[in-house]
Amino acid sequence: MRPDVPQIWDWLDAVPDPEIPVISVVDLGIVRSVQWDGDTLEVAVTPTYSGCPATSIISIDIETALRDRGLNDVRIKTQIAPAWTTDWLSEKGRSKLEEYGIAPPQAAGGPERCPHCSATHVEKISQFGSTPCKAQWRCKSCLEPFDYFKCI
Amino acid sequence: MAQTADLFEFLCRMGDNTLVLGHRVSEWCGHAPVLEEDIALANTALDLIGQTQMWLGLAAEVEGQGRSADDLAMLRDAWNFHNVLLVEQPNRDFGVTILRQFLFDAWHVEMLQRLITSSDQRIAEVAAKSVKEATYHLERSSTTVIALGDGTGESHNRMQDALNLLWPYVGELFADDAVDTAMSEEGIAPKSSDLRDAVMARITDVLAEATLQVPDGDFTHKGGKTGFQHTEHLGHMLVAMQNLQRSYPGATW
Repeated sequence: MRPDVPQIWDWLDAVPDPEIPVISVVDLGIVRSVQWDGDTLEVAVTPTYSGCPATSIISIDIETALRDRGLNDVRIKTQIAPAWTTDWLSEKGRSKLEEYGIAPPQAAGGPERCPHCSATHVEKISQFGSTPCKAQWRCKSCLEPFDYFKCI
Repeated sequence: MAQTADLFEFLCRMGDNTLVLGHRVSEWCGHAPVLEEDIALANTALDLIGQTQMWLGLAAEVEGQGRSADDLAMLRDAWNFHNVLLVEQPNRDFGVTILRQFLFDAWHVEMLQRLITSSDQRIAEVAAKSVKEATYHLERSSTTVIALGDGTGESHNRMQDALNLLWPYVGELFADDAVDTAMSEEGIAPKSSDLRDAVMARITDVLAEATLQVPDGDFTHKGGKTGFQHTEHLGHMLVAMQNLQRSYPGATW
């Protein structure tokens, strides 16, 4: 029996992002569609950054998770348009990022507050960070450095 | 429809620019002056190589000869690379690297913005994806050029030396040939010369803020984008970049 599509979205929501395991691939907004094509399940995935090395791992993780649920006929389709934007991060994903110590993206181009102490007195250290999707910032109040999820 | 050969050539030029610059920038990995810059350079390289995958992947698809993006990147010789000479120039010091990045970014952002409305949907999609990354690169390279140009005496002099060295390579970005004409007639891409005013305005604004003097003269080195004559540096770079496939043909992992 084919599981229905909302059920599959729930399963995908349990697949963690390999770099930031507190959020799921669904929270990240990179799973663009899930649909049955006959007996084949087609999952469309969009890359965050075009060179992000996590992209291929994410496809493997999605395939593995669905196989574990008994779905053997899965096709992962890479879709680049429309281009991924941090607007697609879920609300749940945003709050989990902050709890984990990563400031969520803001349209203003910088973090709203320090994810550790919530102070708003923050400064940029570098435009890039440990993964393509992050920049390095520092809190001028608690003096802790932190990652900021770049807004694109 | 544009001739397949022209479209293939245009796509290779886009992909060769990002590939060659991406590889050059990646040479800094582990060698940058400070950790933050090392990370920034590596991330920039990663974006450029990711964009290469899209451009050369599309080039291979258009060519229809069964080649892949990897084949194009790793198995062509220097004369078949059609990147502009600017991007193959060696890193030298951090000033040259960041100024080269800035000059390229200024052109790249303008080009990609125009390509978003390309009559070829596939090109429009790659451009829309890439422009977000390129815009971010331009933001960083502009602020760094300004900080170093308008910095200490030493940093200012080094940036001025870098500008004097690289300036004769800028003109090639705006040099038209038959491929440009073919792309422009089909609404696929703007002519290279159409970008000049917007790109030069962006460049001269930043250089003025960086207190750097644009060198006199309009001599331009050419030959990269047509493949007619690269500088000696490209071959040396390819030896390192293609070493694995040359030593172990067809190796995969």
